Formats: sequence, C-alpha cells, structure tokens
Amino acid sequence: MNAGEKAAAKKAAGHHADYWPRTRRLMLITIAIWAVLGFGIHFFVTVFNDIVILGFPLGFYLAAQGALIGFVVLIFWFSRKQEELDSRYGMAEDE
Amino acid sequence: MAEQDTSRDFTSNIGRIYLVYTGGFAAFVLFLAALEQFGVSNQVIGYLFVFFTLAIYAGIGILSRTMQVGEYYVAGRRVPAVYNGMATASDWMSGASFVGMAGTLYVLGYDGLAFVIGWTGGYVLVAVLVAPYLRKFGAYTIPDFLGARYGGHMARTIGILILFCCSFTYVTAQIYATGIIASRFLGMSFELAVFVGLLGILVCSMLGGMRAVTWTQVAQYIVLIVAYLVPVILLAQMTTGVPVPQVMYGEILQEITALETSLVEKGLARASEITPHLQPYSSYDMLNFFALVLCLMVGTASLPHILMRYFTTPSVKDARRSVGWSLLFIFFLYFTAPAYAAFAKLEIYQNVIGAPLEELPKWIYTYGQIGLVKICGIEATTLEAVRAACLAKGDTTGILSFSDFSINRDVIVIATPEIAGLPYVVAGLVAAGGLAAALSTADGLLLAIANALSHDIYYRMVDPKASTKRRLIIARIMLVGVAGLAAWVASTKPSDILSMVAWAFSLAAAGFFPALVLGIWWKRASAAGAIAGMVSGFGLTLFYLIATQYGGMTPWLGIQNISAGIFGMPLGFAVTWAVSLMTAPPSPKTEAMIEAIRVPKGGTYMDK
Repeated sequence: MNAGEKAAAKKAAGHHADYWPRTRRLMLITIAIWAVLGFGIHFFVTVFNDIVILGFPLGFYLAAQGALIGFVVLIFWFSRKQEELDSRYGMAEDE
Repeated sequence: MAEQDTSRDFTSNIGRIYLVYTGGFAAFVLFLAALEQFGVSNQVIGYLFVFFTLAIYAGIGILSRTMQVGEYYVAGRRVPAVYNGMATASDWMSGASFVGMAGTLYVLGYDGLAFVIGWTGGYVLVAVLVAPYLRKFGAYTIPDFLGARYGGHMARTIGILILFCCSFTYVTAQIYATGIIASRFLGMSFELAVFVGLLGILVCSMLGGMRAVTWTQVAQYIVLIVAYLVPVILLAQMTTGVPVPQVMYGEILQEITALETSLVEKGLARASEITPHLQPYSSYDMLNFFALVLCLMVGTASLPHILMRYFTTPSVKDARRSVGWSLLFIFFLYFTAPAYAAFAKLEIYQNVIGAPLEELPKWIYTYGQIGLVKICGIEATTLEAVRAACLAKGDTTGILSFSDFSINRDVIVIATPEIAGLPYVVAGLVAAGGLAAALSTADGLLLAIANALSHDIYYRMVDPKASTKRRLIIARIMLVGVAGLAAWVASTKPSDILSMVAWAFSLAAAGFFPALVLGIWWKRASAAGAIAGMVSGFGLTLFYLIATQYGGMTPWLGIQNISAGIFGMPLGFAVTWAVSLMTAPPSPKTEAMIEAIRVPKGGTYMDK
C-alpha cells in the first residue's frame, strides 16, 4: 500500500470519526470569538473610550455597532466553515 | 397537488413579488403625502395607513391558507434562507423594540447598550449550538424535540409549561402594544383597538398557520424597517446635512457631553440628576451589565417562537445561513436605535431644558396632551397649565430646569417626525411600522403557544390517531382560544404582566437552554437529568423573580431581577449533568437519534 492509498483508506474509514470532533472544535472557536465580542472587549470600555473617532468614543462604538457587525460576520463565517467541513467529510445534504 | 404547484410558483417568483410590494408601499406613502398636501386630515391619513397595511397582511394570510399539516406547522419547509431571515427579524423585533429601545438608550446612555449587545449576540448561539440540529431533527415544536430526546411525556409537559410561561406574558404585551398604537393614531378606545389588533393577528395566522405567518412577517419586516429608518434619516439630514444617522450621531454625542456640563454650569441641572450619556456603569454596575447581556443572549437562543422559525428552511445549511440573515436584518434596526436616542437627547438638552416656558417646541404639548410629557409634575397640556404648575412649585424664573421635565421613553421614536418638523404622513408611517412590529411578534408567539397545545398536547398525548383534518381544526381552535385570552388579559391593562415581559428571557434561558444544548452536544444527558435540570433551573429563576419583585427579598449579589437567569442557568446545567451521571444512560435508540441529528446528510429525522 503506498502513501496515497493509505491516506485514502484512512480517509474512508475516518469519515465520520473525524467529522464530529472537527465540528466541535469549530463550535468552540466560534463560541470563543462570540465571548470576546459580547463580553471581552466591553470589559475595556473605559480604556477604549480614550480613543475618539468621528465623535464616537471607541468603547461606546464597539457596544453600539462594532460588536453587532462582528456577530453578523461571525455567523456567516461559521456557516461557510461548517459547510466546508460537511462537504469534506461527505456529510453535506443532497441538493 | 394544486396547492403544491401554486406554492412552487410563488417560491420561484418571490423576489419579484416582494419587490413589487415594496414599490407599491412606497407609492402608497407618497400618495398619502400628496393627500396631506391637499388638506386631507391627519385622522384620515392615520386610518388609511392602518387599514391599508392590515388589508395587505390579511390578503397574504388568506392566500396562504392551507389544509396540510406540514404547511401549517413548518411552512412546508420551503422558506429560502434570506426570507426566513426577514421573517425572523420581524418575529423578533417586538412593538417594544420598535418603540421602546431608543427610549431606553435615551434614559440609560451607555448602559442601555446591554440590550443592543444582548438582543443581537444570542444569534451566534442559535446558529452554532441549536438551530441546525433542531432543523435536522425536524420537530414541529420545541416540546416535541424535548419529548423525543428525553423519551416521554414528562419532558414534553414540562417543556409546554415553560413555553407557556415565557410566551404568554410576551404575547399579551404585544397585543397591548397594538392597542396602544391603534388607539393613539386612530383615536378609538383602547379596548376596541385591542380587538382590532386581535383581528389583524388572527387573519394572518389562522388559515395558513406557519406558512401564512412567514409571508406576512416578511411583508411586515419591510414596513417596519422603512418606518424606523425614514424619520431618523430625514432628521440627520436636517441636523447634520448628511442622511446617515448611524455615522453622524458621533458628533451629536460630543455635543450632548458638552451640554451635560454646561447645563450644570448654568444652574439648570444638578450634576447628580444627569446620567452622563457616554459614561459606562452610571445606571447598572458592571456585574449587572454583563449579567443582563448574558441572560438576553442565552434567552434569545432559547425562546421557542424564534427557534421554530428555523424549522421552516429547506435544509440544515439554509438554517445556519438563515440565522446570519436574521441578524443582519435585525442589525439594521438595532444599530440605528442609539442614533435616535442621541438626536432626541440633543433636541431636549438644546431646545427644551433651559428654554423659557413660552418658547417650548410645539411637540411638547402634542405629547403632553396624551400624558407622555410632564412639566413641573403635571401633564404638559397647555402653556397656561404648565406656567401655573411651575409657579405653584415656587419656580418663578419661567425657565424650564432639568428636574421639572420628564418624558415617557416611548416618545423618543414616536415624536421624532414632529421634532424634525416632518409632515404627518411620516408619523403615520411610524405608527404603521410599530403596528407591524407588534403584530408580527404576536403572530409568532401565538403560533408557538397554540402549536404546543394542538401538536404536543392534543396530537402527541391525547389522540395520536387523529386525522389531518381534525388536527388542523384543533390547531385553529387553540389559536383562536389563546389569542382571545391574551386579548382579554391585555384589555384589562395589567401593569404587572407588562413588566414581566423582560422576565421571559431569563425564564427561557434557565428552563430550556441546558436541556437543548446538552441534548444535542452531550449524548450522556439522560431523561431524568434533563427533567431535573429544567425544573430546578426554571424553578430557581421563577422563585428569584417573584421573591425579589413581590416578596421584598434582598437581591443576591445585587443582581436585578431582569437578569434572574444568571443563577438558574448554571444550576440547570449542573443539575442536568449531575443527575444524568447518576441515572442510566439514554437508550441505544436515543443515541442513534443524536448521531443522526449531528450530521446534515440524510433528511429530517422525524420523517423516517
């Protein structure tokens, strides 16, 4: 068995076994980013407020708009990553 | 079959249909604006607005009627991700979000942003932890999933009880809001207005269930977002010269901060009376701020009327994407709300506080007459009344000081058209938007409650052999019954119930979240564990709410009761975990079910 065949066999056998740990890892990464956007950055609001852009103190801006934009982007990013996982492991739905 | 074909047709033309609808709505607004110029009275314009939009929703509701179970409960699972996103956005944004959010930010300043972060960030949890898996499972309701995952009627029944506690107070508040808006703009009595609102809700949902609610919610989203954005865009154009309020209010924030100091210097306000708009933790302490953010987020990911919207997408992939679209559509309103608050605050600090009583802007009296603005302790109905009240208080300067002025927070959004001196048609538009927001949320909530009663109690527990026709008749009877009950409760103006709405988030977070998340992500979670977790988490939260609100209990760690879930949630997780480990693991059949819902491939689990 050459290296390529080995990898192919491993891939065939490992299909499902790897899929869930990877999905779980993606979940943990996404939740970590969520925690930073929802809580982490707002702990430093008074520090950020020293920076003022277009009249917005940065700490205020992050709570009023920045975090929200981050959440929207995060969900679309997560969806794309999960779709990649689904198709890589043959777990995607039939169209 | 014919029904299938027409709905295919509809799905492929959906973009064009809503484009025409949006264009038609814009033309209608312009037509009313023209009527106003020709001297048609405000009252007539208000009526036309409300009845035209209600007629559209009713039309969609009637066209979407159905006699198929799958159509009634999950819209046939054919709602494209983007449209489901719009429907979810209007399902989510209630009358209170539309009317009250900006006012909360006006009052609380930075601390009010806890609501903005909390009511958006929860969607990340929905997308990652819950929605795709529930979609794959293919249940019709949340208790349906709990019943299947935690084998039996016990988990299902507890689910129904929690759902009822979270959703019923919420729907009552929505019907109350429709009554308030309709009575304010149409001049009918509040009680009558409540029942007009009830009719508006029932025509949207009764004949077509989820299918009809979905397509009316999309239409309602378009009305509400246009109505929310137009007045503040025009106001920004007039105040700053640039029609992008979300960017331009930065400057305004600086002006507000400067005015806060100068009002104190001029002796118009005491420093202790003013909440500095930009300063964190002036109303909530840091612990309460973050506890509130967490409870609102987790509550979002647990509320049945939101989660069930993701049962309607064609695929698991679409369910995930649809959460992203939902949040994008919600974002448009939530990132505008702080701008509303800033523009209104500038107007009040600049042109109201420190103004001689004779020179107060006209809108003060417009809203004073309906009791929403108070000056020197009385409703600001006329200049004479206000002058007399201020004199009686010993205030002889004739200048309005900060402490003599109070404003209901709902006025911030409603009064913006008048503050900006815009024609009445814009105020009518705002009323139509508020109505759309309240109706769409009420529809979603009613469906969540009625479906739990008809599907979970009647079909699953009372008569599992019921025919399709019978199931759908029962579903409609439940819907009318719940709606009628909610309208009756709303018509009694129950102040207690209205203040309980904010509790729904904590109750849902503590009651549902651990059972849902562990049910999907932890195979070992057992029926006994989940039941104990739901009962203890929900029980502790309910106890805390009631004991602090009515029992005079000292809050633990100073946590205000809107964030009660901060105690119940971890308890729910801990109890579910501990009891699961102490009891027998789930059956192989349940394990197979969990395996199946974890992969998108292979069609909905329940259909097999």
